[in-house]
Amino acid sequence: MLRSLIAALALSAAALVAPAEAAPKKNFEIAWTIYVGWMPWPYAADAGIVKKWADKYGIDIKVTQINDYVESINQYTAGKFDGVTLTNMDALTIPAAGGVDTTALIVGDFSNGNDGIVSKSAKSVADLKGESINLVELSVSHYLLARALEGAGLAEKDIKVVNTSDADMVAAFKAPDTKTVVTWNPLLAEVKTEPGSTALFDSSKIPGEIIDLLGVNTETLKDNPDFGKALAGIWYETLALVVDPGEKGKEARAAMGKQSGTDLAGFDAQLAATKLFAKPAEAVAFVESADLVKTMDLVRTFSFDHGLLGDGAKSKDAVGIGFAGGKTLGDPANVKLRFDPTFMKMAADGKL
Amino acid sequence: MRRAMNVRPAAGARILLAIIPFLLIAVVYVLGSAERRAANPNDKLLPPVSEMVQTTTRMATEPDRRTGEITMVADTVSSLQRLALGLGIATLTGLTLGIALGILPAFNAAGGSLVAVISMVPPMAILPILFIIFGLGELSKVALIVIGVAPPIVRDIAMTVQAIPVEQLVKAQTLGASTWQTVLRVALPQALPRLIEVVRLQIGPAFLFLIAAEAIAADSGLGYRIFLVRRYLAMDVILPYVAWITLLAFLMDWALAKLARSAFPWAYAEERR
Repeated sequence: MLRSLIAALALSAAALVAPAEAAPKKNFEIAWTIYVGWMPWPYAADAGIVKKWADKYGIDIKVTQINDYVESINQYTAGKFDGVTLTNMDALTIPAAGGVDTTALIVGDFSNGNDGIVSKSAKSVADLKGESINLVELSVSHYLLARALEGAGLAEKDIKVVNTSDADMVAAFKAPDTKTVVTWNPLLAEVKTEPGSTALFDSSKIPGEIIDLLGVNTETLKDNPDFGKALAGIWYETLALVVDPGEKGKEARAAMGKQSGTDLAGFDAQLAATKLFAKPAEAVAFVESADLVKTMDLVRTFSFDHGLLGDGAKSKDAVGIGFAGGKTLGDPANVKLRFDPTFMKMAADGKL
Repeated sequence: MRRAMNVRPAAGARILLAIIPFLLIAVVYVLGSAERRAANPNDKLLPPVSEMVQTTTRMATEPDRRTGEITMVADTVSSLQRLALGLGIATLTGLTLGIALGILPAFNAAGGSLVAVISMVPPMAILPILFIIFGLGELSKVALIVIGVAPPIVRDIAMTVQAIPVEQLVKAQTLGASTWQTVLRVALPQALPRLIEVVRLQIGPAFLFLIAAEAIAADSGLGYRIFLVRRYLAMDVILPYVAWITLLAFLMDWALAKLARSAFPWAYAEERR
């Protein structure tokens, strides 16, 4: 009796935690969080673009907002979503390092000023020596800080890092004992307005290193290429609206701004600090360039140095990264993050 | 036919009964973990027990590469310090304010409704204000715990003192006691066992506020570590930390229960076993 009860319980638990099925399927779900480079997704869902492309391929795609960025990636990694919006660094350190083979299906943009360091005391990065700095530890902010310090001849041990939740960053900066923060937009714009603050460094000084992606489960994609085609179709149709200088574009951007808690002017300002790959050909060129390999090498070095690849990782090569044309970085037998321009290329060639 | 309410397990059976639910949870976990690992050998969501033991051993014995401190010890020390300060201040405030509210009608008239209203303010909702007043350092973390747990203690002690039969207060005065003497000899002794009970009940909320404070801004602490490693889904760190926090809270609760029974045996004379 007891034994069968245990067996039943274990079975139900196993069913609860079983990873997502990777067989051909019809229903897909992607998760997004608020960020200027990802706002086209909810807009596309509201404007019916998602449905249009999904119908074309005879599938169903659900676009779900998650309030907490890290939680959205964790949910994806646990198998609750087929795709998620995330940065190149988080794609490497959360799903890829967690063994979930992820393909960067769409390389949407890179941060070109959207992430920055703002200080009330220091006037240059070199002044930061000995300061305590509030940021979301182990995030792209941390990476940006490490790169800024490197450029100024400092190292991370010269400063003190205080982990601060992004939700409380703006309030934290108003506290008198908080001197320096590293954060991203729209929070960055908000802290810059604080009287007496100086912007010390931003991501436009390391262009192309903080990349915003749509990552999807590689296995799901392999079994369902239509899912990838539909996503690429949705993305580039929506982006055409985002960069449209006319009334239609304005309307779309205003809607996206409203959805991310700002207005048309605020959204346009954030967009200006983002290098959007509006044309699929631009994204393909970016993914195929050798610079991406260099960037990912910097990112994986940072990640490994901070223990983000996990305890099992003996070197930064532990998690392999695949690039266009079959190039790889790290362990070729354990490639878990793939930059694959296939679907963006289809969009560029008008083959969707 | 014996009634269910009169069935009392013997000592041995009691221990067995207590262990069974824990065992069940462990078995379910182990099977679930094995299942996920079979599907993805790098799965991080439900790490096997062996991996958690390994991680815990490393965090509890080896110094960290960057700070040179033993991570788990450093985290525990800073968290317990904050917790002890917060709970200590809240307890003292609760006792003094509670007795004053309970025994002095004029003070109750002036402050009673204020305390009742303040105790309803959710502290997490006014965090930005707390940051600006107390900064982001240790003070704000202790303050959050105090603001979170002191009001219930104050109210509970005030109610306990108000529930003292008026005859006792009249009798003390007949015997010549001043207000101060009545507080010391009548109200305080009856409030103390209740105080320990309330503090026991507030350990849970205190940990909640501690971890919330550490999640927002910190450079060490149990809550800090959990929220930090959550960024790369290191459940092999999070689950042992959760177990450790639970154990700490359980030990505190148990120690206070023991303290109450040895210090105030009279208050537990009628307790059912």
